[in-house]
Amino acid sequence: MSKLARQLGLPRVPPMLRPSRYLRAAEFPLRAPSTPKGVAPLPRERTTGANFDTDWARTKPARMARAAIVDGPMRLAVAGLASPDRKGQDRLLDLDGPVIFAANHHSHLDTPLLLTSIPEPWRHKIIVGAAADYFFGTRVTGAISALAIGAIPIERTKVGRKSADLAADLIHDGWSLLIYPEGGRSPDGWGQPFRGGAAYLAARTGVPVVPVHVAGTGRILRKGRNLPRPSHTTVTFGRAIMPTDDENATRFAARIEREVAALADETTTDWYSARQRAHATDSPELTGPAAGAWRRAWALGDRSRRARRRSRRWPEI
Amino acid sequence: MATDPRHRSPRPGFVLNVDRQTPPLLFHHGDNFRLEKLPADRTRVIYPAEPLPGLPDPEESIRQALLNPIDDDPLPELLTPGMKLTIAFDDLSLPLPSMRKPDIRQRIIEQVLDMAAAAGVDDVHLIAALALHRRMTEDELRHALGDRVYDAFAPQGALYNHDAEDPDGMVELGHTRHDEAVTMNKRAAESDLLVYVNLNIVSMDGGWKSTATGLSGYSGIKHHHNVKTMRESKSFMDRHSSELHHSNWRQGEVIKNHGPRIFQIETTINNNTFGYDGALSLLQKREWEWTAKDRITFMGMKKGLDLMPAAQRRQIFNGWKAPYELTSVQAGNVESVHEVTLENCFKQHLVPVEGQTDVLAFGLPYICPYNVNSVMNPILVMCLGLGYFFNMYRGKPLVREGGVLIMSHPTPWEFHPVHHPSYIDFFEQLLAETTDPIELEQKYEKQFAEDEWYIHLYRNSYAYHGVHPFYMWYWGSHALEWLGKVIIVGGDPRAVRRLGFQPASTMQDALEMASDTVGSSPSITYMHNPPILMADVT
Repeated sequence: MSKLARQLGLPRVPPMLRPSRYLRAAEFPLRAPSTPKGVAPLPRERTTGANFDTDWARTKPARMARAAIVDGPMRLAVAGLASPDRKGQDRLLDLDGPVIFAANHHSHLDTPLLLTSIPEPWRHKIIVGAAADYFFGTRVTGAISALAIGAIPIERTKVGRKSADLAADLIHDGWSLLIYPEGGRSPDGWGQPFRGGAAYLAARTGVPVVPVHVAGTGRILRKGRNLPRPSHTTVTFGRAIMPTDDENATRFAARIEREVAALADETTTDWYSARQRAHATDSPELTGPAAGAWRRAWALGDRSRRARRRSRRWPEI
Repeated sequence: MATDPRHRSPRPGFVLNVDRQTPPLLFHHGDNFRLEKLPADRTRVIYPAEPLPGLPDPEESIRQALLNPIDDDPLPELLTPGMKLTIAFDDLSLPLPSMRKPDIRQRIIEQVLDMAAAAGVDDVHLIAALALHRRMTEDELRHALGDRVYDAFAPQGALYNHDAEDPDGMVELGHTRHDEAVTMNKRAAESDLLVYVNLNIVSMDGGWKSTATGLSGYSGIKHHHNVKTMRESKSFMDRHSSELHHSNWRQGEVIKNHGPRIFQIETTINNNTFGYDGALSLLQKREWEWTAKDRITFMGMKKGLDLMPAAQRRQIFNGWKAPYELTSVQAGNVESVHEVTLENCFKQHLVPVEGQTDVLAFGLPYICPYNVNSVMNPILVMCLGLGYFFNMYRGKPLVREGGVLIMSHPTPWEFHPVHHPSYIDFFEQLLAETTDPIELEQKYEKQFAEDEWYIHLYRNSYAYHGVHPFYMWYWGSHALEWLGKVIIVGGDPRAVRRLGFQPASTMQDALEMASDTVGSSPSITYMHNPPILMADVT
């Protein structure tokens, strides 16, 4: 009899009426089987990481909840933190059907910013490729990611077909995909080489890739920082591109990277001179100069239009 | 008429004979509408064609047009690194109303510039070919060309409005065999290549008129913008019967021989002015096809507009951007391109009509080429009615000589003081003296054209050139000579009388007044326009 029951003066329960007695007495198949000694038990299938089931997050109630989150608190938060300037949405007007949005990646804020920037009809039928090891590490973070941003797990630490099959199936079902081909957030403000995932999926599913450049989110919440600092951001959508017949995933990934780099150039300079450099394959690279850390950080300052603006001479002469 | 052609084949325009079952018909009435019952058995209504389907992939169509031009080399072959390239484009008078973003000009110019960027062309200027129209504002340029193009060129001073009064910015290229002077924007004239981006909303636009008028000045334009030319243009919507175009084509010969190499890009759009859904879509439907929802919408809209102050009504209508779709794009040699453009234009607009009528009626909408984001003043009412709508014919005018024209428009005595300063003086001083276009031309045109203050406002403010109201009056001179009487229904009586026309309170009154000229039982034709139609009268 428990101490509490004794203190409350409850009568003692006879052993015959205790449920635990019967639970302990129950045998297989009412009870789980025990593993014989000397036999290795089957490994328990993980339900986190790449195995996290996100089907429920694409049911109608979950989609409605996500639409409410994206168009409500997420939009407000993005407007307050990032003051986004959205450019190039007109380049998407002639597109029809699902597309793959391939963007550079600086910050956790990129996804909310893009989800609130991508226009209809894609905004509310989009999945986001999210790192399986990071976003789907636990059931709680996985559920939140799947519900709030429509994330699906993408393996980035090992080669596996599961992620690609899931993404391809969903694209075939009419879902658009937002993916960061760099594979993770920028560690130092410069971009990282694009991996082939977006290019491979485009070639496999036959849907176009829309290059997207995000600028400024690194100033708000860069990798390693926990508290956001409000600043201005720019999202620039490029023209949709498709792999050509003689282009494999690696080459197409390089072309997507060049297109994003051209958009970055367009953001920091002007469209025509950016196009001139793009045609001459002379756009500044997303990955920055191949130099030591301080020189890379130093060079980063040049990419900000605000940083390049000269201060006015005073007094005026 | 609002059936989305993506789901159904668009129906051509047609002529309806009005009977007792015909419902009251919709008339545009400035920034409002009227429903009018027209006499049965002697009235016919000409309805425009439903919108033709737009090109499925406009970007690719534009690219193909630039790569496979008509009677010219592909554009990339004309672009070289050290060259001087000028891109001129139609101004805010096209299309009407302004179209939803992205504007066709933006789509084309971005592709032209992308090819120029690939060729490494550095010296590029973009010029709004506005002739003697008012300058476009930054917002209007951004709307037409997009932010990308504006931000790339305007800050460097490489995107600007044509200035026909800049003494250092114009050159004379020569004279035609009829001794017509040909002047042109100096930058355009001295370029290695002039790419002209045109937008044809009606068959009057495009061809040599784009450069010979759009980039010219008063000394060149006056040779075809005059009473004699306009009276001999029957009509100026039919290029091959238009003296206006013959004169422009002669000037084009001079440009061809002494001016820059021109790569002409012309486009046509469909009749999707008011959309397939939304409150205004009913304006594209035939009245007997209005659903209960359409009828409720119309009643609500009409009531709301009746209660609204004029300025608010104007603001609402000026905010409407038409969902036009591109129906064709062709590029290359000016003359060859324009013939294809005309064919495509006529495909959308032409409606066969048998015989003329005693009384022609139409409702004038809130907009004409010269009051975009502005006020439709009485002179523009005259120009839109007697100039544009009257001339929407091929063959012979819809109304017989000596017939009556009835227009529906509020015709307020109201002017935009910034956009139309010379119009005010023209209306209040000159029209009080005479409405005869020849007398106005001979006595006052030069004075207004050379007035220093008007020139200053044209160059530095956002004013139409001092001579512009004269051209508006000349635009209607063919109709003025042809018609026996002009009646405006629902107009400000003072303003209507100043124009030399007769005011009527109702359509019944107007028909009664018309009987003095055309008898008691005249034939009536109602041109149900816009969306645009052009009568092919046989």
